[in-house]
Amino acid sequence: MLSGFMVNAWVVAGIVAVVAGPVGFFVVLRGSAFVADALPTGAFAGAAGASLIGVNPLIGLGVFSVLGALGIGWLGRRGRHDVATALALVMMLGLGALFLSFSSQYAPEIYSLLFGEVLGISSNEIAPVAVLGAVTLAALLVVYRPLLLTSVMPALGESRGVRAARVETLFLVVLALATSMALPVVGALLIFSLMIGPPAAARSFTDRPPVAIGLSVLVALGTVWAAIAASYQTNWPVGFFVGTLSAVWYAVGRIAASWRRSRSQAGIAAPGEPAEHSRLAASVRV
Amino acid sequence: MSAVFQAVFAPGFFTSDPVRVALLAGGMAALVSGIVGTFAVMRGQSYAGHALADISVTGGSASYLAGISPLWGFAGVGVAAAAAMDLIGVQRRRGRDLATGIVRGAALGLAALFLYWGTTSTSTTGATVTILFGSIFTVSGPTAGAAALFGAVALGIVAVLYRPLLLSSASPELAFARGIPVRATGALCLVAVALAVSLSALTIGAILSTALLVGPAAAALRLTSRPGLAVLWAAVIGLAATWLGVLLAYDSYYWPPVHQGWPVSFFVVALVLVFYLLAQLAAARRAGRRPGQARPLAAGRDGAGA
Repeated sequence: MLSGFMVNAWVVAGIVAVVAGPVGFFVVLRGSAFVADALPTGAFAGAAGASLIGVNPLIGLGVFSVLGALGIGWLGRRGRHDVATALALVMMLGLGALFLSFSSQYAPEIYSLLFGEVLGISSNEIAPVAVLGAVTLAALLVVYRPLLLTSVMPALGESRGVRAARVETLFLVVLALATSMALPVVGALLIFSLMIGPPAAARSFTDRPPVAIGLSVLVALGTVWAAIAASYQTNWPVGFFVGTLSAVWYAVGRIAASWRRSRSQAGIAAPGEPAEHSRLAASVRV
Repeated sequence: MSAVFQAVFAPGFFTSDPVRVALLAGGMAALVSGIVGTFAVMRGQSYAGHALADISVTGGSASYLAGISPLWGFAGVGVAAAAAMDLIGVQRRRGRDLATGIVRGAALGLAALFLYWGTTSTSTTGATVTILFGSIFTVSGPTAGAAALFGAVALGIVAVLYRPLLLSSASPELAFARGIPVRATGALCLVAVALAVSLSALTIGAILSTALLVGPAAAALRLTSRPGLAVLWAAVIGLAATWLGVLLAYDSYYWPPVHQGWPVSFFVVALVLVFYLLAQLAAARRAGRRPGQARPLAAGRDGAGA
């Protein structure tokens, strides 16, 4: 279980979890689960296209996920955000179908891009993941404060001159970076599940953003490592364990949230999201 | 004249059986998706629709393992997932996408497991590609007939619920005050969406299912603020995109680079996007000096009280 190629799996999955924790915190906070789903699912088309013209697939992934993020941002400013996301997603998938029809060479990779094959990672794949992961975290750190402000209190953010649309686009680019980092090694399903399950649970336990981010990193690490161990034992796909564990974490978070609510039932606000949000808002020092 | 005709409709287009089935099945899916999609888009359930398509495909692959007809796998799992989504809170605006995402993630995880169990003998590549894309040219006759039943049920639900659904989409408070069971209406609407997408995921594939559910409806809601007209526009746009897409795919058989034809899903998706952008342009022009501000029925508030 700790032999050569398994060590690679542990390391890469660890990096992905450390990046997915903070990025996922904002995904959950902003309610952008659809975008976090669409970018990884659609970006594979870039890899297929790149292999078609003989370029490194990682470049294709990066180009497509960033273009997809910008497209969603552009369409979303002019219409409904979920419609923009859906249209960008199907367009990327349509292009992917087109590229695959030109050459079926890349088709075998599709399974691993969707569901992930963590156990087959070679050691020279670790460096790009680590570099891209560091870039993603650095980019997130740069936009951290305006992002938090516009997520929790859009009105206050605007009055302080924070341009919500620009912050949204920057956030989408961060998501795109995280996507192109994780997709080739762990697959779309895994990165997406890690970006929503653990952070959703973490948010239910604490209102303080740094604590929630730290907690969601820990939960994500636990999830992905447990999934790899279980996958090694049973030979079942890693994606299955990560998807299921994420759902379990979400359920735990929901139960914890309702327990916390019933404990502070004397509170002023009605139960539900607005109350949660105002508590979070109160914890943002501005 | 006949040369132009020959250039537009490549020889054999009207006599080819696969084309006829594709036109029929695709047209049916486009009609149902456009009409049901208008409500899905109005209620902000694009993501739920997309997720339900994937999930019903999971049901299809599971039913293979269980040995029951995939048709019932598709519809049954789709409806069950719609119920699960409703139960864990898709009716609330904020947490809805998160709940949808969790259900989709878990379902895709199960799909990975089913693929692993089911494909020790066959290839994983083919199954994955089918889950992602589907294929319009492989619908068999009986499947299309039974799938029509789902479409009819979905349309029936929407027709019966038309007015309460509009009101509760536009203003849940007002609907509640008038004694409309808002929760039940929403749940039934989600079931209609599930049936519509499982019909289209089965006959034309998961990508096209999302594209036809969201794209034509969103374009139609741009063009008009009257719900009845929007439903009509969505059906027309969906139908046009699908049939033009099938025609182009048939014509593309002789196109470079591989001379095997380009995929239908690419053409339909591209056409849907073009129609949406055109509708957006039209809406912006109509809004005159405030382009980008016009959002007729964007929140469903304008026309529903009428």
